Formats: sequence, structure tokens, C-alpha cells
Amino acid sequence: MGLPIKNIAEILGAKVLTPCLHASREVIHAFSSDLMSDVLTGNYVNTVLLTGLSNLQVIRTAEMSDIREVIITRGKDVSREMIDLAIESEIVLLSSQYSLFRVSGILYEHGIKPVY
Amino acid sequence: MLMQFHIDGGDFVNAGKASSSIKRVLKQLNVAPELVKRVVIALYETEVNVVAHAEEGVIEALLEVEQITITVRDKGPGIEDIQKAMEPGYSTASSKVREMGFGAGMGLPNMKKNSDDLHIESEPGQGTTVKIINRLKG
Repeated sequence: MGLPIKNIAEILGAKVLTPCLHASREVIHAFSSDLMSDVLTGNYVNTVLLTGLSNLQVIRTAEMSDIREVIITRGKDVSREMIDLAIESEIVLLSSQYSLFRVSGILYEHGIKPVY
Repeated sequence: MLMQFHIDGGDFVNAGKASSSIKRVLKQLNVAPELVKRVVIALYETEVNVVAHAEEGVIEALLEVEQITITVRDKGPGIEDIQKAMEPGYSTASSKVREMGFGAGMGLPNMKKNSDDLHIESEPGQGTTVKIINRLKG
């Protein structure tokens, strides 16, 4: 069973940077990586990307990989352009103060499954 | 149907724009999602390579009944040893490219994985031409 992205935002105390966008869409899997080249090698269904990297190519990588939810960890600055591109690509973008490890751990505890 | 795009070397803000436009068109044409993904992943990897290494480049996407052919020509340093560049882990990327989350020597192998046919021709000091062919099944 999946977890709606709005519940994930609550659990993590994360900020939803793309308000109103597909908040009830469900997430089943998660993939954590700062290496976009690695993200680009996978196949994803209902997968959220967790990353400590914050730049436009993170959103592009998600778009090309059919990843529809992205969580930027450690409260890294997210640019206006990233948010605009996420909205344009219908990607739900969240920002969490927690570390990549902590976000991964919390989601794992809540039954989110690994991709590999 | 033929689509053309221009890529500026070093422009990481717009890297992926062409892949994004082509993805949208393929989706509108009801091309199978798995095939759309293969085409755009291979193209996006190529686009990032052009932005990372070349001065400029041109993308041509030709959509035909039986196949999708993407040709990317760039003006740039070229690839000295294509066979070596195809080896997983081999990279000549700058630190700036690595900071963006690329440059781990995974791009060319992933382009090959996501294309039915991949042709790379390169003239060191002149540029590189990449041709990505994916066939529509059924």
C-alpha cells in the first residue's frame, strides 16, 4: 500500500513547495541518491526521489525518469526556477530539514519500499 | 515529423529542455511509455554531455512510423577513444559537471542501454555526432 505524498510531508515536517499539486498521489517506493547519473539508470513506478542535491537538473532527471515526487533534504535552498520547472513537469517538490539518512529511515519505517 | 533544437555548451539552466519538449510530443502521440522513457533518457544523457563538453550542438528528432531517430551533432573537443568512453566509470567531466550530479562515467553506457542502435562518430578537435535509434514495436 502506498502513502499519499501529503502524509509524507506531514511525517517529515516537510514543506510542500508545489502547493495544490497532486497532494493525494501515493508513493510506494523511494530512491535516495545525490548522483543523478545513477538515478537515470533506473525504472520507477510510484517512486519518490530523496536527494541532498538541489539544482535544476535534479528536477529534469526526475522528469526524464518518470519520478513524480522529489524531496530535497537538509533544508537546502531551492530556487524559484526549480519550483517552476517542477510545477510545469507536474512533479511534487518537498523540502525537509532532516538529513538524507533520516528521511530515508523515517520513510522506511512507514513501509516505503526500496527500489533495489 | 522532424523537430530541431539548439544546445548551448555550458548552459546547465536549459540542459534537458529539448528532451522535455520531445517527451511531451511523444506522449501526445501516444507512444508507449516505456519507449518514451528509453528515448528521452538516452537523449537527456546526450544533451548533458553536449552542455558539459561542447561549445554548441544541434538535435534533430525524426519520428517515423517504424522508428524514432535522434541525431545530436556538436562542435567541441570530440572523443579521443570512443571504446574507452563507453567503459563504465570512465569520465573526463569537470568538477562543475560533477557538482550537478553527473560525470561518473555512466552516461554513455546508459545511452547504449536505452537505445536499440547507438552510433557515435567523433573527430577529435572538431566534434561528435551521436545517433540514437529506437524502433516502435507492433
